[in-house]
Amino acid sequence: MSLLAVDGIAKAYGGVEAVAGVSFALAEGEFVALIGPNGAGKTTCFNMLGGQIRPDRGTVRFEGHDITGASPRRIARLGVARTFQITQSFASMSVRENVQLALIAHHRRVFSFLPRAAALYRPEATALLERVGMADQAERQCGILAYGDLKRVELALALAQAPRLLLMDEPTAGMAAQERLTLMALAAGLARAQDISLLFTEHDMDVVFAHADRIIVLDRGRILAEGPPAAVRADRRVREVYLGSGAMFAA
Amino acid sequence: MRKALGTAGLGLAAALLAVSPAPAQQGPIKIGEINSYTAIAGFTVPYRNGWTLAVEEINAGGGVLGRKLEVVSRDDGGKPEDAVRIAGELVGDQKVALLAGTFLSNIGLAVADYATQNKVLFVAAEPLTDAIVWQKGSHYVFRLRPSTYMQAAMLAEEAAKLPAKRWATIAPNYEYGTSFVANFKKLLSARRPDVQWVGEQWPALGKLDAGPTVEALIEAKPEAIFNAEFGGDLIKLVREGTTRGLFTGRTVVSALSGEPEYLDPLKDEAPSGWIVTGYPWYAIDTPEHKRFLAAYQNRFHDYPRLGSVVGYSTFKAIAAAIAKAGSTDTQKMIAAMDGLPVETPFGGIVFRAIDHQSTMGAWVGKIAVKDGKGVMVDFHYDDGKNYQPTDADVAALRPAK
Amino acid sequence: MDFVVIQLLNGLASASSLFLVACGLSIIFGVTRIVNFAHGSFYMLGAYIAYSLVELLPRTPLGFWGGVALAALAVGAIGGAVEIALLKRIYRAPELFQLLATFGVVLVVADLALKIWGAEELLAPRPPGLRGAVMILGRAFPQYDLLLIAVGPVVLAALWLLFHRTRWGALVRAATQDRDMVAALGVNQGRLFTGVFFLGSLLAGLGGALQLPREAANLQMDLSTIAEAFVITVVGGMGSIAGAYVAALLVAVLQAFGIVVFPKITLVLIFLVMAVVLAFRPYGLFGRAAAEPRAAGAEAQPLGAGDGRAWRWVVPGLALLAVLPPLAGGYAVSVVTEIVILALFAASLHFMMGPGGMPSFGHAAFFGLGAYGAALAARDVGAPMLLGLAVAPVAAALLALACGWFCVRLSGVYLAMLTLAVAQIVWSVAFQWTGITGGDNGILGVWPADWARGKTVFYLLTLLLCGGSLWLLRRIVFAPFGAALRGGRDAPRRAEASGIDLTAVRWTGFVIAALFAGLAGGLFAYSKGSVFPTYIAISRSIDALLMVLLGGIGTLAGPPVGAVVFVGLQEEISRYTDLWRLLLGLVIITLVVAFPEGIAGFAARWRRRAEGAT
Repeated sequence: MSLLAVDGIAKAYGGVEAVAGVSFALAEGEFVALIGPNGAGKTTCFNMLGGQIRPDRGTVRFEGHDITGASPRRIARLGVARTFQITQSFASMSVRENVQLALIAHHRRVFSFLPRAAALYRPEATALLERVGMADQAERQCGILAYGDLKRVELALALAQAPRLLLMDEPTAGMAAQERLTLMALAAGLARAQDISLLFTEHDMDVVFAHADRIIVLDRGRILAEGPPAAVRADRRVREVYLGSGAMFAA
Repeated sequence: MRKALGTAGLGLAAALLAVSPAPAQQGPIKIGEINSYTAIAGFTVPYRNGWTLAVEEINAGGGVLGRKLEVVSRDDGGKPEDAVRIAGELVGDQKVALLAGTFLSNIGLAVADYATQNKVLFVAAEPLTDAIVWQKGSHYVFRLRPSTYMQAAMLAEEAAKLPAKRWATIAPNYEYGTSFVANFKKLLSARRPDVQWVGEQWPALGKLDAGPTVEALIEAKPEAIFNAEFGGDLIKLVREGTTRGLFTGRTVVSALSGEPEYLDPLKDEAPSGWIVTGYPWYAIDTPEHKRFLAAYQNRFHDYPRLGSVVGYSTFKAIAAAIAKAGSTDTQKMIAAMDGLPVETPFGGIVFRAIDHQSTMGAWVGKIAVKDGKGVMVDFHYDDGKNYQPTDADVAALRPAK
Repeated sequence: MDFVVIQLLNGLASASSLFLVACGLSIIFGVTRIVNFAHGSFYMLGAYIAYSLVELLPRTPLGFWGGVALAALAVGAIGGAVEIALLKRIYRAPELFQLLATFGVVLVVADLALKIWGAEELLAPRPPGLRGAVMILGRAFPQYDLLLIAVGPVVLAALWLLFHRTRWGALVRAATQDRDMVAALGVNQGRLFTGVFFLGSLLAGLGGALQLPREAANLQMDLSTIAEAFVITVVGGMGSIAGAYVAALLVAVLQAFGIVVFPKITLVLIFLVMAVVLAFRPYGLFGRAAAEPRAAGAEAQPLGAGDGRAWRWVVPGLALLAVLPPLAGGYAVSVVTEIVILALFAASLHFMMGPGGMPSFGHAAFFGLGAYGAALAARDVGAPMLLGLAVAPVAAALLALACGWFCVRLSGVYLAMLTLAVAQIVWSVAFQWTGITGGDNGILGVWPADWARGKTVFYLLTLLLCGGSLWLLRRIVFAPFGAALRGGRDAPRRAEASGIDLTAVRWTGFVIAALFAGLAGGLFAYSKGSVFPTYIAISRSIDALLMVLLGGIGTLAGPPVGAVVFVGLQEEISRYTDLWRLLLGLVIITLVVAFPEGIAGFAARWRRRAEGAT
């Protein structure tokens, strides 16, 4: 049985279908990249999986649970974690407190009014920060971190949920080329080590071909092509869509 | 937040130095005075002139019991809770002999309750609410100005003489307005059982939406209208009502509208023919008023408003009470005020022992426009003592001692 | 039928009046995001200046309309000057902080107007040629109202042309949608803001001047206008001019017919409309959800660790507080009692505004309900004081539970305005339900139990309860719940994606804030011996807001510091001068410019810097 099963989801804005019936599945432990030109519907698709947007039609199932239109927190609690295209972190808190809050939420201890949050799950938070390489910055306030470091913190926040599936929306957007490869290698390594499946969108084809087991190409809200990297790379229609940015395939 | 308390503590300590009590003084007799000077400046500023004149006259004549009067005056900002705090300051800190003043009914009641709790004499100057001497009457509280009941009774007497049978009412939507209308309805219906009440409007204070309100009154097709609007709302009502013909062929009986505070801003648009209570300072011919008028104009280079008379008379009454009591002991002053006669610009008044209400009356007349401004004509003075419920009714209204 | 037509026309005329005040406010908010409390004051100034000019100029049509136009321009210039001299200095301060500065302006203008024009209402003559009435369906209808009916749509059209046919207008529209984008385009943002303030204030002044033929210029115009202007702006959707007109129309027409059926609905109708609209359309009729909050959390200050260091200050502070006031005498005790209670009230507001990111313009609803709960329990059930003090927070929390669900789905100014609507509805119930609440005369005789009758004993009880509550609030802020609340404010999408039920968290935070506000209200009732609708009035909500902002929203020490400064200042200044509003306004303006993070916020930063240096 597949971990995630997406069947014909669609979403229209003002008569224009941003996503027009997309279906795919994701097996346990599989790394899948969702690619396509700008406006292809990648982020909309992602937000429907994460619960941020309710699909107009179609279904999404995760480990057999119907999560179509479910709230982000229910999806999160079932074991789906995500990162955002523009990083979302708790800017007024320190790096460690960020992770501690994610752990508190994961352990369902949000409605606890007297203990000090700063004393809860401290070792676990430190361990997670060590894994993403942020332990030395644990006391710094998130609001003043460099962008690349924020991406790492967000990864730690996602991992704090002990997810079965990790959704990463353009994890390397806005980073320098070398940084991108490092970050994605880190994320992929951590996911492999813990047997977490990975679905990510990405513009950087180096990153995509380095880590994806399988690639889904979206164009104008529909799946244009799907398959292993080599097959997709060879697909004529994909080449046409990417005409003008064919340089990506040179690698 | 613990830190917060620490910081707050330091601030408080500093504040305390500023408010620590002044040593009790021998010398002048201190009187605490509270009113809504910023919230209702139109009425309270002439009022302050009035009491200033009274105090200056009293002190020029050697004061009371050989001591001068000193007024410690405070602004309550129109909030009863602040008035209570200020009362605490005046009594606890300034060691005043008694409290006086207030304009708004709820502030009058709040200070009255404070006075009763703390066993201090309170001479309420202006609040019109009936409750302050009746339902919430107190051993410690006296009131000078004629109440809503008394003024409604005076106006109902005039209204009963009119042929009109269909009446509509308009009054601001708070206790002053509701009790004015209720009293007027009750008293007029008692005199004229044939009267019908065909419409009522209750605009929020200061927010009269004149066009729709006037039109709704016209739609009720009354033959006469009772009004208790005042201030800015009255101006809107008059201008809009005149333009739309609301007052054509209808008599209006209107509370307070003859007081210069409310009549003068209307200038030549003052509504002729309205039957009103008020204060025709320009035409009162009694010697006591002439003397007051001359003194006031000499001192302030302005003509007096009704508030001036109220402020003046309040402090004359206080001086008379202290003189009669022979001391500033609260119980002695209260005993002195029961049945105390006081000379005011309106003539002699008495503080009734039964409910501590003074018998100060009001001038009732008609509005006319002369030389481009509104004046009262055909007026007479209604003595307050004639517009009271029976003593038995009053006794039943007041709480048991 | 003729009556319906006439009431409709009346509604249209009133709608124009409302629209003129609201549209300027909406434009200013749309671009600068400033909640401009001084807008009502500018409206009042428009009326007064127009009065003086109309009296001065010849009694001709040119004299009248020239006076109106000059008054509008003068007020526009005053607004522009305030922006340049004051607001420019504090654009970087946290959200809503500018509100504090504009409130200082309100106080200053109120006293200046009293000094310049006196206390009496000033009735100007009507414009020549428009003094009479025309007959419509057999009813007299004022000529001037016909003109006014046209003015609203004309101004609306003129603004539309300005915004859609000029480069400046296009910039204003762009800035309304995304301020930072305009800055990125290389536009001089400072000059754009000044221009917008000039235009908005000019419209306020025009509104006031055009109201003159219907209403005498008076000193209550500022505050009675500002609440309505905000409601219209919010119902229409902030920043939407057409929305403001539709909202004005809706409110005015409902009012025109409402008073025929329910004459006493005048107090609350406009707020009922707002509550209903916001419950169904969280961004007003024509408003759109604000774009993803830019740099969310960038203005949220870190709270510190919440470790035990604070004890160093608290223990001596509390000891001082417990000992000093009783030594200083009776009145000092009652002043400090009041400050301590209001510090708790302010702290409860801060809890939802600061850590919760939920601003409120109606927090007095809970304060007042607590007070009324205690008073009613005492009067009608004969509840002893401690029971009354227990009823107070429960009553407030129940209200918060009921209305919180609607409120917490909103954000920013919309949330604040919905709480204002709740407060005004509660206020009107307290005001109008005379049989139960005593109406505006309130409930008297709510005095403490005999054992707590002494001022010092009651003060110590207050100190104990408020100190304990402040400690609890602090614990909650640093507890997992508080962290979730702050997290939801910083990054709502992240919080939800981490599995936090943000609606439940915010709703609970709302109820907790109400609970402590209710306790403060209960204590206040017993300390004053009485309750009044003024406990729920807008001014009390605003007072709490001022205390929080004055102290500094980014720090937990803010509310108590704000309470000490605000109450202390007001109490001290008002003892010495009748011009206390002028003085208080100037002090607030000075503090705002000197401490754009609030006083305690400034102290905290100063301390951090000092520690960093060593």
